[in-house]
Amino acid sequence: MRYLPLSDEDRAQMLAVIGAKSIDDLYVDVPREAVLKAPVALPAHQSEMEVERLMKPLASCNIPAGKTAFFLGAGAYRHHVPASVDHLIQRSEFLTTYTPYQPEIAQGTLQALYEFQTQVALLLDMEVANASMYDGSTGLHEAAMMASRVTKRSRVVLSGGVHPHYAETVRTACEAHGLEIVTLPAAIDDEAAVLRAMDANTAAVIVQSPNVFGTITDLKPIVAGANAAGALMIASFTEAMAFGLIEPPGAMGADIVVGEGQSIGNALNFGGPYVGLFATKEKYLRQSPGRLAGETVDADGKRGFVLTLSTREQHIRREKATSNICTNSGLCTLAWTIHMTLLGAEGLKRVATLNHENACDLADALAEVPGVEVLTPRFFNEFAIRLPKRADIVLDALMGKGIVGGVPFSRLNPREGLENVLLVCATETNTPEDLNAYAAALKDILQ
Amino acid sequence: MTKKYTKDHEWVRIEGDVAVVGISNFAAEQLGDVVYVELPAIGKAVKQGADMAVVESAKAASDVYAPISGEIVAVNDALNGNPEKVNEGPEGDGWFVKIKVANASELEALMDEAAYADFAKA
Amino acid sequence: MTATVSGNHGLQQAEGLLFDFASLKRTGVDMPAPRGRPDRLGGLGRKVAPPLPGLSEPEAVRHYVRLSQKNYAIDLGLFPLGSCTMKHNPRLNERMARLEGFADLHPLQPMQTVQGALLLMEELSRWLMTLTGMEAVALSPKAGAHGELCGMLAIRAALIARGEGETRKRVLVPESAHGTNPATAAACGFIVDEIHATDDGHVDIEDLKKKLGPDVAGIMLTNPNTCGLFERDIRTIADLIHGAGGYFYCDGANYNAIVGRVRPGDLGVDAMHINLHKTFSTPHGGGGPGAGPTVLSEALAPFAPVPLITLHGENRELIEHSEGTQAFGRMCAFHGQMGMFTRALTYMMSHGSDGLRQVAEDAVLNANYLLARLKLHFSAPFGERPCMHEVLLDDSSIKPKGVETIDMAKALLDEGYHPFTTYFPLVVHGAMLIEPTETEPKRELDRFADVMIALAERVKAGEVEFFKQAPKLTPMRRLDDTRAARQPKLRWRRGENSGAAAKHAAE
Repeated sequence: MRYLPLSDEDRAQMLAVIGAKSIDDLYVDVPREAVLKAPVALPAHQSEMEVERLMKPLASCNIPAGKTAFFLGAGAYRHHVPASVDHLIQRSEFLTTYTPYQPEIAQGTLQALYEFQTQVALLLDMEVANASMYDGSTGLHEAAMMASRVTKRSRVVLSGGVHPHYAETVRTACEAHGLEIVTLPAAIDDEAAVLRAMDANTAAVIVQSPNVFGTITDLKPIVAGANAAGALMIASFTEAMAFGLIEPPGAMGADIVVGEGQSIGNALNFGGPYVGLFATKEKYLRQSPGRLAGETVDADGKRGFVLTLSTREQHIRREKATSNICTNSGLCTLAWTIHMTLLGAEGLKRVATLNHENACDLADALAEVPGVEVLTPRFFNEFAIRLPKRADIVLDALMGKGIVGGVPFSRLNPREGLENVLLVCATETNTPEDLNAYAAALKDILQ
Repeated sequence: MTKKYTKDHEWVRIEGDVAVVGISNFAAEQLGDVVYVELPAIGKAVKQGADMAVVESAKAASDVYAPISGEIVAVNDALNGNPEKVNEGPEGDGWFVKIKVANASELEALMDEAAYADFAKA
Repeated sequence: MTATVSGNHGLQQAEGLLFDFASLKRTGVDMPAPRGRPDRLGGLGRKVAPPLPGLSEPEAVRHYVRLSQKNYAIDLGLFPLGSCTMKHNPRLNERMARLEGFADLHPLQPMQTVQGALLLMEELSRWLMTLTGMEAVALSPKAGAHGELCGMLAIRAALIARGEGETRKRVLVPESAHGTNPATAAACGFIVDEIHATDDGHVDIEDLKKKLGPDVAGIMLTNPNTCGLFERDIRTIADLIHGAGGYFYCDGANYNAIVGRVRPGDLGVDAMHINLHKTFSTPHGGGGPGAGPTVLSEALAPFAPVPLITLHGENRELIEHSEGTQAFGRMCAFHGQMGMFTRALTYMMSHGSDGLRQVAEDAVLNANYLLARLKLHFSAPFGERPCMHEVLLDDSSIKPKGVETIDMAKALLDEGYHPFTTYFPLVVHGAMLIEPTETEPKRELDRFADVMIALAERVKAGEVEFFKQAPKLTPMRRLDDTRAARQPKLRWRRGENSGAAAKHAAE
């Protein structure tokens, strides 16, 4: 019991001070029949060594991305994270502290959040950003609800390029809240359909760019259309690294920008924890969800930071809060901001360019394979290809050659009959050998 | 005429057919430093006892209820950039809205200054 | 504090904002030069580079190390924040979560390449269901409040399946509840109806009975409750709500007090989230990431959200779509907080069923020991009965002297402690909610109690100014919340004159 400091002697002494005969006396309010007489039927305590012996084999039955030629994106991205990031976030003072409710002894967390908010706002070219959401998908449902509060309307239109899991997350939470969610059919590029789908009760249109097929969309016409219809334009994304190279949504006039920040500072982690980035215009701030760090001064006039505008939040406003969210993604936020600080504008541009070049080279190489068509017209580091047969079958065959070749679109959305479409991603972590091996293997398989 | 007060700590003063409304000195003191006031849109119809505005300090938020039914004909825009006016003069420059009174008899249910002073003390 | 030329105070290094000194030209990451080729951005390339300044690695490391030293942490000392369960975070958990075979897995990898990860999720599920005595668990909720959302959406789905989705809209929530409970109910389209507390800190059964009716969807109840007490009438409450056709959501924030000793399933609970970052020791990380797996009763189990794990021959597979199932939908893009699952399971296996039971007992013992020592010096509104894992005091004995809860909290900062939770639960005025957790040795509890008692003596002695001026020894004195909220400044902007602030910082 290495984590429990009390000795039996301590326990006896403490019970005596309390005036209780046994620990059972302290559980008097528990209905007697509900008290377990013995430990539940699970294994007993084990040493570090024994636990490692159990956990390590579980880890080794998986094939980690780094052990293969790896081309998966579609919402999570494998990038190189500098060693110092993981070292710094494991410092006790960051790892084992709580929400900074006592700002006098939490300036480290608060200042890091303030820097994070600034970096997110600069990256997305938005006026303000919050201290993060759980992830991109839950941030998106919060954005949809926020748009409904701002516009006092209840219909939300989702482009067919929104990641299907994001669309399902939005539908699940928002329909319960009474919103009507209209998801357009899957489409590589559906600007016209989005514009057509707006009506007088539309609170927001949600367009993901780069979208799930990798397509980059010019958001300006959609912003214009949405604003003319009295709706907000919500720009969504799953690959934050893209904004090192492509025009950010804020520069195109988006009202809310929300997406996944995992690709900066955070490992793949089989889907979580990740970090949702959330930014908006100042005029909508009071309707926005999530924590905010703000600048102020202390009693001596020194600059410092506090959590602020918390009257929007559940612990004060209860059922009238802008969200039920009670945490942010603290440590993932810290990893993001440290990685971004290490990159700076120069590093970000360079790594983003490497991503794009690798993806372009891969697209060129795959397009050379007979029967393969690259579907995505404009992209950052991922794109869709159409294969002459089912993508899941091709993926299996590629696995046999040590290549994890992509995500079959039908895994994300089995309803659209796009069984032959494969979503492919290349990042700076892919070598030229990886790219060549992929094209050669695919050629082999399709012959 | 003189001021009347509600149990939710709003005050109302009739000027012709318009009621000027704000929160009481007592309420402002309880709330502490006001940091934000959310006011209704002009033209909005309000019902006596229904929430119509929100007043916030750094750590608390309170709904402000209409002391009388009618239509919002003016709001105190000065509070938008200067919420501290609520603390400086809750029953003066820190007024919230003006309501065109629909039914003056509703005033009868409210407390006069003396009754409110007793109520706030209790 | 004494002024220094540098602005540093010994080990406390003054540190400006990143933007005060970082450069747009500097980077701490070396990458190969791009090869140079025509882009495929379709004319949508970024027109203006983001003005994100960078630092070299040594500068960045120093910046964040200096910031870290302005934080309090569990690793440094007692962190008795009630309702937050700030226990020791074992480092074995961290080591396991970072194994390449867990950390470097993409959520959409082919299922045959992630069998160990699915097995781990299944094993975690088995532990959680066995400990709680519940039928099913949804692992995907990303935090406690997200777990509440999951549980309430399951209740909503069950009501819809019964044809009562439109008629049962009212959710009962005790006034002592965490703010997330009413906020969650409202997010799911329910109407919140408060139930009163009795004078001894429990749910008022008579008031509950009055509020039951055919329009009630359920109750959201924290147990042990936010006053630090076990709801002794919990079985009656469960029977009443079930008798009225509603469901019982239990907020599991305080599960640490009963883990391994009481199974919520035996109390009539239909859904409960489990904060892995509280009971199961995953780090709080300065405000997340959390994890909120939600256990479900037989009545709600069919409605659990996707993804679900299923056995397909020898292989485990994920069901990722709700079509053709009764699943109410999806909570988030992927499978939840895998990094936290690894840590929590490591912790559970370390403690085992016997150790987890001891966790609950020691947490309760530590709290009652503090209660016994402190109630002689502070007002303890429910102090006549044993508490669970947290001690509720209030400021009624010190307020007449001019010292409030907030002042007591700030004085503790100077003594080198993170304070208790202040002003929560709302049903007790001036609440001080103290949760020591089981990982504190007796000598740390005694030292903390001695400090609290000495502070109470200073109140008695009328040293009001001492409290009002606190803290004096922390990196910052009291911060101006009003100023922050009146003119919100939520980011740095280029060209802003931070000279004045920097000057202050150096003073």
